[in-house]
Amino acid sequence: MSARSLGGRARRFRPIPIAAAAWLVVVGVLAVVAPRLAPQGPTTADPASALLPPRAGSPLGTDFLGREIWVRLAWGARLTLAAGAVALALAVAVGLPVGLAAGGRGGWVDSVLMRLVDGLLAFPGLLLAMAVMAILGGGMDSVAIAVGLTAAPAYSRVARTVAREVRIQPYIDAARALGCSPWRIAARHILPNAGPALVSFAGAQLGSILLMMGALNFLGLGAAPGSPEWGMMLADGRGYLRQAPWASVFPGLALALTVLAANLLGDAWE
Amino acid sequence: MAARYLFRRAVGAVVVLWLAATLAFLALKLTPGDPAQALLAASGATPDEIAARRAQLGLDASLPIQYGRYLADLVRIDLGESWLHGRPVGQMIAEQLPSTLALAMAATAVAAILGLLLGLPAALRQGTWVDTLTTSVSVVGLSTPTYWSGLLAILVFSLYLPWLPSAGQGSLGHLVLPAGVLGFAMSGAIARVVRAQVAEVLRANYVVAAHAKGLSPLRVLFVHVLRNAMGPALAVTALQFGFMLSGAVVTESVFARRGLGKLVVQAIIWRDLPVVRGVMLVAALAFVLTSLAADLARGWLDPRLREELQ
Repeated sequence: MSARSLGGRARRFRPIPIAAAAWLVVVGVLAVVAPRLAPQGPTTADPASALLPPRAGSPLGTDFLGREIWVRLAWGARLTLAAGAVALALAVAVGLPVGLAAGGRGGWVDSVLMRLVDGLLAFPGLLLAMAVMAILGGGMDSVAIAVGLTAAPAYSRVARTVAREVRIQPYIDAARALGCSPWRIAARHILPNAGPALVSFAGAQLGSILLMMGALNFLGLGAAPGSPEWGMMLADGRGYLRQAPWASVFPGLALALTVLAANLLGDAWE
Repeated sequence: MAARYLFRRAVGAVVVLWLAATLAFLALKLTPGDPAQALLAASGATPDEIAARRAQLGLDASLPIQYGRYLADLVRIDLGESWLHGRPVGQMIAEQLPSTLALAMAATAVAAILGLLLGLPAALRQGTWVDTLTTSVSVVGLSTPTYWSGLLAILVFSLYLPWLPSAGQGSLGHLVLPAGVLGFAMSGAIARVVRAQVAEVLRANYVVAAHAKGLSPLRVLFVHVLRNAMGPALAVTALQFGFMLSGAVVTESVFARRGLGKLVVQAIIWRDLPVVRGVMLVAALAFVLTSLAADLARGWLDPRLREELQ
């Protein structure tokens, strides 16, 4: 690579995606080291120190049971990131094959699958996830499954569009002429070439997945009571909004920054 | 010509609705557990009473017959009975709908105005600090959970500054915070489309020509640029309105407002599945109708689309 093109790259260096990635790394590290940093766990209550404002040794204050907000946020990061990863993986695992089959095969397969996707997309995402929760019952596992399934149809749609674009390329005709099976064409030729666009969309979807999971927990449909999930902490704190705004402001800030970081990274990838 | 286009779009809308209704039916059937038993177990009913209730609910019929009855009921706008309250679901929804609809419409208006205010300057001043600022505000709007911005709004405008009520409904003042919060969250998507569309139209030859023949910049903006850029922006706004119903679920919870949100959250907690299904179907209907309206409005704004779709 010449010095000139390197220079061109350096000029496009932007601080915002770096900051976004750095925040996600911080959240990830916190999630991993939470058990070492705060071995007492997220549910250790101390009623004597309930609703104390941020101060030395307690940077984010305490909630209505005297639990440290920062400890709960760190432990909650484990829940948020794990459930987010499961939901995203599920969305891709369900959405990608459907989209590739529809876009790669075309014809009646495409028509049937895409009508089905249209039918699902007619439901607003959060309501669809809530309905899946109604069927599965509560709990963080259900939240991840419900949100993942809800995100899948949109993923199918994007995968289909990308697959259709790749399908008409001459090298696909060449592969077909060489006698490759449709599955081999999908796996070895369409998928690698559709990769970047699909990764970009997955990143963009992570933001809405995290928002939706937080909403389900905020509404009290998801994680068990007392769990340090961020959306649930927000819901727990709102009863004390006047006396202790920190109990709901900080969990919301953590979630908003994480969603923002995911969205900014998705934009930067494009 | 227009009639044929309208007919084809209407058929498409009915097909999507039918699919949505079928998915909702299957989802309810896949749910483990016997509704009649769930309804009566708490009251200590005998097996005979449970069997009678099953027959009354039509659950003893074969699946295709149940499906046929369900569709026939839907056509008559009969959404079934609440398992919890024994009342018609349609009636329960009709009671809550006005409150949610008022919130959704007010929020859509806020979102459209904010989207235009953020997207237009960004497109007109591309690459400047104006662009950076407005684009950043849109991303923040897209990324901020309404259940957080709502609490912040209550904190500032109800608790610190006692200007607006924090909860409930009744006056116009009760609508300001929820509609503002929900509208802000939805404005980001609209702003993005406005920015992209206006930026594209600005490069078009007819805009260059309009400037060249000496029209005032404002006239070019309103008559030539905005009219041509508005179609897709309108479509996104309509889609957002369809999705407002799910946004309203959260916002209603934050501001303790009456509405479909409260209804559906209670229904999920109590596993009152006919009510959940009814709200889902109403939301799907709202979505399909608004996208249809958006398509028609786009065709009205842009004659080229009308011909293309023939």
